[in-house]
Parts: sequence; C-alpha cells; structure tokens
Amino acid sequence: MSGETPVLRLAHITKRYGGVVALRDVEFSVLPGEVHGLVGENGSGKSTLVKIATGVVQPEEGEIFIEGQKISRLTPYLAFKRGIHVVHQDLSLFPNLSVAENIFAHEYIERHRSFVAWKDMERRALEVLGRLGVELDPQEIVGRLSFADQQLVAICRAIASSAKLVILDEPTSSLTFREVQRLFGFIRELKAQGIAFVFISHRLDEVLEISDVVTVLRDGVKVGTFPKGELTKAKLSFLMTGKEITAESLVTDLPEAREILRVEHLTRRGEYADVSFTLHQGEILGLIGPRGSGRTEVALTIFGLRPPDSGKIFLEGKEVVFRSNRDAIRHGIGYVPENRLLQGLVLDQPVADNIAVTILNELVSRSGFLHPARKIAVAERAIRDFGIKAPAADAPVRSLSGGNQQKVVLSRWILTAPKILILDTPTHGVDVAAKESIYEMALGLARDRGIGILFISDEEHEVLKVCHRILVMREGRIVREYRPSEVTEEALRQEIVG
Amino acid sequence: MKRPRGRRETQSLILAVVVVFLLVLLGILTKGRLLAPDSLQSIAFQLPLLGILTLAQMTPMLTGGIDLSIIATANLCGVVAAIAMTRGNVPPLGAMVFGLAMALSFGVFKGLLIAWVSVPAIIATLGFMIFIRGVSLVLTKGYVIAGFPGSFLFLGNGTLFGIPMPFVVFFLCAVFLFVLLARTRFGTYVYLLGSNPVATLFAGVNNGLVLFATYLLSSFLAGVAGLVMIARFNAAQADYGEYYLLLTVLACVLGGVDPAGGFGRIPGVVVSIAVLQVVATGFNLLGLSSHLASALWGLILLGVIAINRMIGGVET
Amino acid sequence: MALLGRIARSTEVYLVGVLLVLSVVLFLLNPKFATLENIFDVLRNNSFLGIVALGELVVLISGGIDVSFTAIATVAQYVMGVLITRYAIESVFLAFLIPIPIGIALGAFNAFLVNRTRVHPVIITISNLNVFYGLLMVISKGKWIYGFPAPFRDFARLKVLTLVSEKGVDYGLSIFTVVWFLVAVVTWLMLRYLPIGRKVYALGGNSEAARRAGFDIFRIQLFVYCYIGFLSGLAGFVHAELNQMIQPNAIVGRELDVLAAAILGGASVFGGAGSPLGVVLGVLFIAFIKNGLILMKASAYWHQVIMGFIIVLAATLSAYQQNLERKRRKGV
Repeated sequence: MSGETPVLRLAHITKRYGGVVALRDVEFSVLPGEVHGLVGENGSGKSTLVKIATGVVQPEEGEIFIEGQKISRLTPYLAFKRGIHVVHQDLSLFPNLSVAENIFAHEYIERHRSFVAWKDMERRALEVLGRLGVELDPQEIVGRLSFADQQLVAICRAIASSAKLVILDEPTSSLTFREVQRLFGFIRELKAQGIAFVFISHRLDEVLEISDVVTVLRDGVKVGTFPKGELTKAKLSFLMTGKEITAESLVTDLPEAREILRVEHLTRRGEYADVSFTLHQGEILGLIGPRGSGRTEVALTIFGLRPPDSGKIFLEGKEVVFRSNRDAIRHGIGYVPENRLLQGLVLDQPVADNIAVTILNELVSRSGFLHPARKIAVAERAIRDFGIKAPAADAPVRSLSGGNQQKVVLSRWILTAPKILILDTPTHGVDVAAKESIYEMALGLARDRGIGILFISDEEHEVLKVCHRILVMREGRIVREYRPSEVTEEALRQEIVG
Repeated sequence: MKRPRGRRETQSLILAVVVVFLLVLLGILTKGRLLAPDSLQSIAFQLPLLGILTLAQMTPMLTGGIDLSIIATANLCGVVAAIAMTRGNVPPLGAMVFGLAMALSFGVFKGLLIAWVSVPAIIATLGFMIFIRGVSLVLTKGYVIAGFPGSFLFLGNGTLFGIPMPFVVFFLCAVFLFVLLARTRFGTYVYLLGSNPVATLFAGVNNGLVLFATYLLSSFLAGVAGLVMIARFNAAQADYGEYYLLLTVLACVLGGVDPAGGFGRIPGVVVSIAVLQVVATGFNLLGLSSHLASALWGLILLGVIAINRMIGGVET
Repeated sequence: MALLGRIARSTEVYLVGVLLVLSVVLFLLNPKFATLENIFDVLRNNSFLGIVALGELVVLISGGIDVSFTAIATVAQYVMGVLITRYAIESVFLAFLIPIPIGIALGAFNAFLVNRTRVHPVIITISNLNVFYGLLMVISKGKWIYGFPAPFRDFARLKVLTLVSEKGVDYGLSIFTVVWFLVAVVTWLMLRYLPIGRKVYALGGNSEAARRAGFDIFRIQLFVYCYIGFLSGLAGFVHAELNQMIQPNAIVGRELDVLAAAILGGASVFGGAGSPLGVVLGVLFIAFIKNGLILMKASAYWHQVIMGFIIVLAATLSAYQQNLERKRRKGV
C-alpha cells in the first residue's frame, strides 16, 4: 500500500430509489495497491455502491473523487477512462471472439484505427498475459475456455485499458479451490504493480484471506471499515447481520436407520472414480469438496442425468438403472440444482408454475384437466408452509430474493414426497439469514419425514452444522469420512485441500 | 428480457383501442358498409383461414421456435383430400381423414427432428416447407384440383345458425387450443419450456415429448386449415397462400406472443387476427388493391409498435 | 496444432467436403455438369442470390435478421428501370449508381425502426417488406419494364475470360460472377480487418457486453442494415441485367432461399457466427443441386422435393454433429 490519495473516494453518498433509501451517507475509499473487501447481505447496498462508482447511476447526495479530483458527473465512459473497471459475475465477454480481441475490445471504440492489426494485437495480448505469468493462446475463442480462464481474460481486459481500480463482483462462485488460489495470486501480483481491487463476495473466508481492509454494509449504511487483523469470520458475520450465528452442530444423533441409497464403485471417466457410500433414512449426508471434485457429477448420476461407466446404485436394497432423470424422479429422488438461475428456475414464469411443475399429474382433475387455481392453491400452501416471501403466487419468480427463490426450488421437490433429496450447494448466493432458514428446512425434512438428504457443499462450517456424516471428495474420489464431532473446521479444510 | 405484467395488459388494451379505432375509421370511410351484415359475414368467412393458420403457428412460437411449413402442410392436406375425393371417389369424411393423416405424418418427422435431434426449428421447418411443397407439386403437377361434392363444400360455405361454417371451425380450434394451453399439463409445460428448457429438463419435464407434440399440433391445425380452405374455394393447389406465412407470425406477435418463447395467450392472438382481418376486409370494401392493403397494414403494425413504445415501451 | 484443430472443426471445411462429394455425384449422374460452360452458367445465374446472401450474413452475424431485402432489391431495380427507359440513359455506370443509394436508404429505415422500437427485427423487416413491396406495386401497377438501351444488353454479355465451346458459342466467366466474388472478398475484408466488422461480431456474440463496453449499438445496426440495403440495390441491378427486364414480382418470395444459403453456410440465427466463405459455399451448394436437377431433366416439381430433403438432411447432420460436440464438452 502506498500513497495517500485514494484511487477512488465516495463521500457522503446517499441514493434513493423512489421511497427506498439504498445508501445513506456512505463513505468509501480505496487506496492504490489496496485490496478492499466489500461485504453485505443482499439488499445492503453493495451493488448500488458499485453502480455509483462506475457511473451507471447518480447519487442524490455526495461527491465522487477519482485520484483526488472531484468528478461532478460520473458516466460509465468517464469512469472507464479514469481507470475504474468492473469485472461482473457474468464477465461480459464476447464468447465468439478471440482472447486477444476481448482484451482489446475497448480499442474498437477509442483508437479510431483504420484497420485491425491482428498480429500486433496478439503480440500485445501476450504481453498482458505475461504480466500475470499466464499462458493462453491469444487466438483461442473465448467461449471455449473454462470459466476461470475466461475470468482471467476479463481481468486482462481491465489491465490492458490501464485500470487503476478493478472491482471484482462475486468472482469466486464458479471457481475450484485451485483456481481461486490462482486468482488470488494474480491479484497479489497486480497489487504489487499498484492496481487497487474491490473484492465483493459472500465467501467470508476468501474475503478475509485476500483483503487488506474490509467494508461492511448493512441496510444501506456503512457499519465500518476494518483492517484484516481485527476481523474474524464470526465477527464479520455478526457485523453484516447484527445476529450471532452459531456454528454448532444442529443435528441430533440418528438411531439405527434403514439404508435408503447405496452406491457401489461408481465410475465415470474424467469425472469421478470408485465412489461408494450409503445414505440412510432421515440422514443428512454431507458431500464436500471443491467444484470439479466430482461431487455434482456424482449427484447428476444418482439423479439419472448422467449414466455411470460402471458401478451400481441401490435404492432401498434393490438395484436400479436410470435411463433419464424422469426415472429417478419416479423412484423418489429429487435434485435441487447447483445453478439456481439457469437450471433451477424458469425466471419469467409465475412462482406457482415453478413450484407445481413436478406434481402436475397430481393436480389434474378426473377428466384430465388442470385448472390454474389448483396450481395457485398448491403454491400458496407451499409459500405458507416453507416461509417463502413472495408478492403473490402468480408473480414471476424473478421478483423473489435469492433465498426465497431457492425455497421455491426446494418446495417443488418436497411436494413430490421424495425418499431422497439431493441439495447441490443450496445456499449459494443466499444471504446469511436465509441460509439458516434453509438449514432448518433440511433438518426438518430429514427428522420429520425421514427423507435421506445428500447435502453437497463447499463450505466447511455448513456441513459441520447440518450433517450427520461428512464425505470429503477430492479429484473424483471419496477420500475421507467424518462425523462432525470428530473434526474441526480447520482440519476439514486441510483434508479438502489435500 | 424483462416482462412486467402490467405492460402486457397495456398492450392488450392498446390492441382493443386500435380495433375500435380502425372499425370506426373504416366504417366511416366505407360509409357504413363495413358493418353491414354481409361484410361481417364476409369477414366471418375469411377470417378463419388466417385464424386457424395463426393458431397453428402459435404453439411452436410459444416454445421459442417457429413452424415455417404450416402453409405447405395446409396445402398438402387439401391436395390429398382433393385427390381422394375427385380421383379416388372417396367420401368426404374419408378424404379429410386421409388429408389429416398426411399432414400428421410429416408432423411426426418434423417433431422427431426438432425434439430429439435438436435441429433448430427454423431450419427444420424451412426444409420441410420446401419438401412438402414439392410433394404437393408432384401430386398436382401444378394443376388446380377442383370439383368437390356438395356435402364437403358445406364446410367452407355453409352456415350453422347463421354463422359461417369456417368460423365455427375456427372457433372450435380456438377453444380447443385455449383449453390445451390454459387447462392442461401440456400447456403449462409449453410455457415453462419456452421460457427455460434447461430448468424444465431438471424438473423432470419430458422436453422431447412436449416439443414433439407441439409440432404434431401445428401440423394438425395446419391440416384443418387446409381442409377449410379447399372447401371454401372448391379447389386445391400446391402453393396457395404463401404470403400468409409471415402474416401468421405477425398475428401471433401482435397478439402478445413472444418469439423467444414463454408468453402469449389465445385471447390476445384472436383479437389480433380479428384486427388484421377487419382491416383486410375494410380495404377490400374500399376497393384497395391487395398490395396497397398489405403495405397499409405493414404501416399499421409499425404504428401500433410505435404507440406501444411511446406509452412506455413494450419490449418484445 | 491449435490452428489445425480449429480448421478441422470449421463449418467451411465440412461444406467444402460436402460440395466436393456433391460435385462428384452430379458429374457421375451427368458429365455435362462438370463442363466449364455449365459451371460458368451456374455461377452467373446465382450471382444475385450470392450477393444478397452476403448482405444477409452480415445482418445475421450482428444478431439481427432482414427479410425485406427482396422488396428493397425490387424497388431499387424498378426505379432504375423506370429512369433508364424513360430518359434513355445509355451509361451503364450511371444506371448502376441509381439502385445503390435507394437500397441504402431503405436499409437505414429498417435500422432506425429496429433500434428505436426495440422490437425483434423479424417483425420490423416483415412489415417493411410489405410496405416497400406493396407501395411499389400500387405505384407501378405491376407493369413490367423491358427494352433497355443497347449498352445494357452488351454489358450483360460481358465476360472475363472467354472461351469457345465446341458448338462455336462463346462462353466465359460472367462479369456478374466476378462482381459476386468481389463482394465476397470485400465482405470478408470488412468483417476481418475493419473495426466495424469486429463490432458486428461482438454485438452478435454478446449484446449486453457490447452495450456495457460502450459500443454505439445504433451505429452498428445502421451499418449492417445499410450494408444489406446496399447489396440489395446492387443485386437488383444484377438481376435486371441478367433478365434484361424487370418484373416487380420476380424477386419477392425468395427470402427463405437466401436464409437457407446463409444458415447452411454457417451463419447462426442467434448471431455471432458465420463467414463469407461459408455463405458462398452455401449458395454454391444450393446452386449445384438445382443445376444437377435441371441437367437430369428432373421434373420441376421434384426440384422442391429434393431441395427440401437436402436442407433437412444437411441440417440434421449438422445438428447431430453439434450434439456430439456438446456431449463431449461438459454439461448436461
């Protein structure tokens, strides 16, 4: 960290949307070469702050300074020119263009060149990539790269246009553990070159690992800015929500229960190998490991979407072979997908349809007709029973918050009266309060309805809290089994990293 | 794409206003002839053709696809039925069954390719359109087949309690489709699939089956349209009404169907069919050439779109 | 190595292969197919389709679509026809200059509406197709225009590279084919080396990212629709020359032919992909098949059946191939 003049300073910012105050008298500064974490629940004002910093919206009150100079009216273009960049969660890249083109796309607007100089552009792309010590083919089409590599291209794009501050919005939600570490390496490298970062994430561990200081927002107000040394995860969580969240295990011991699912030596080339485990009635079995370790792939196989190359699956002792997920569903298996927005929900359609879709056959009258009122009735009951906050049963599900959207997906499966429920990172992108609600739902389902739950996660504290047993997966194999009482969060993390 | 509910209702309202406005305007220009019983009768006879074809186009569009082969299918069904009745001396009912069976068998292939081989609908139905047209041409050798038994012609020219038969058929088709889309599981699946096929797959919906049924449905309705058409004109030919194709897409979109899939209801589509047909008949009464007519309603559509935009935007 | 992989995966290579196979089959069916005379003829007769397909390619790449180009070509050529016959214009060059600005202007009208109304281009261009064509037919009363001044006939006969057939007839590579290929080269250069060309790809690849990056979306749309407008005007000229007369209803109705050629050639309806080479190959593919059918003296009705069948087959194979590639990559 060097220099006293902040790269960016937002002073006394207040932003109102109609009657709602999104930000109230917020002060936010980032010094050159600083990694500044920004945390807050959904609705705390984080995204509004970013929009103001990048000129997308104008604050009602307050001032913006870039490198000490007051900017009277910040526009996106101006922010860009002054070196304020954002890498969005969706990366905003052109998937059909090459790496080099994506890195220098801004030049198509700025430089008024007559012709595209391909060789020159590719050479310069290599230079930028070199600054990070990365090897990527500048001619490769971006759409073919892994998400982590694409993110890298997005960061290079920021560097190539002389970014002074790069805002990273939830950068790690789609990365494996190794890829996250690699990203952090780049951030540190660029930090040493004087570039500042704002690191926005729900993953408090990561925020604490990479940030120099952390700003906490709550309900549009800044709670404070704290140097890393003063913070722990628990403290951060408390500052964000005002509530103490305990990490104690919530499960009660399971009496000897029936086996409900058994997999033996499941193997699928390139994804997982020799996976065997048993799930019992009323048990919550945690499956933890970074993305890419095979956990989702195993889940998809059990759900019938990806047949294994070899191995067997037994349901209540009987061997089953699924030809599609419809088979699996018929046998009583439900799956809450990893990617809620793309795989779980039909965003523009009503909540009622999203909930009732799995049980339409049950809502049909004797003559075979399906009256919309029945969908709504079912949905309203689910909304009541599961505490879903929705404006109306026929409102588009897009209008719900992340946590409530997740409950919609959950309820659609609960309604099928499943024997087995697979929850794939169900608390991703869900704020702390809603997370607790989902844990309680899962525990209730296991305890009261005897559903066997396979709980996939990449957060150690979560599985320690909610699961009866924990399986650790690494690079396609199950490497260890624990009971929560046998292991600490630290030790678990060590086992995962390997 | 954002689609706040309020805006869609506003669009229906605008359509309603446009209908009224056009009716009034054309009524005045035609010195009241537009609203005379025989004009209304004429509308009622002509509207169904556009109407049934538009209904045929609706479900594929709801799933985010399109069926470019509906006109060709309609013609083929008509041609087959015509040949059966004239050369084969098959009674009308049997001939209709033959025609529809032909339409459905092509629908089966279409559906298979789109649903399970994932050929993009626009190109699959484009290919089928050309292919089916070719089959009709081979069957008719370019000639018009005419001269159907009177009992069959009733379908196209008779009335039921004063309502023209074609209109009755259209009404039945509209009710049928309405029930299918709004009161069955299939309907729910169609809207969900059109909006996000990945999510429906995960939720256990048989996407392939839904798409297959969609194109079977469009083929069936197209066949029905073909039968009404040949009954009305007492003639069948291989390439009648090609310009209707774009009209059906237009009528759907004007009626609130989102070409990307997931949205659009029967009432809106029926109203937009009515609008287009009233305008067409009005133009007819005014003695406008069909070309001027088509130019004009191109302008009308643009006008409606512009008004929508000004009232605060319907994003299609 | 990566380059080789990319080449192997490309649609163009696949098309060249298919085209070669097709040529061999057609040659075996009727050796007359492979004579230079025949090939030159095919190229000449399809230059209209070829030129306009290149324009459609550019629009498709940007994520849009235009079905009004047939009407634009007709209006442009009709105005030209009226002017050259009424004022007995002898200069072909002067006549050539007339349809171009008309095409561009009509294209601009399309672009303006597409941008301002935010309605899907299919709807806008369908409407405009009806407006342009309808108004033209009303004003012209469908009258044909023929009897061009002599220089036009001479121009149409121009050839690059003349040979004499065994029957003593001159034949050669028509000037219109040269124009077509020139347009293909220019389009390729534009798409590859001009910033506007890259922006067209970018817009089609991710319109939201283009917006965020600050691209002038309207400018890009104006460009693509004017480009196809320009080419439609040019193609209208070519069409008039090829037929030595102007029939207002001759061109409209063939929109889907052009779309089929572009899509077969690798353009995606979703935008962001496609190349001029692919489109040229797509047009050739359709042209060869049509020609083969004629040479085989297949009844005209069978043309449609075969064409439709081929399109379905080609699309099925392509979709099948894409399915395999998608299954190989990760994801359900």
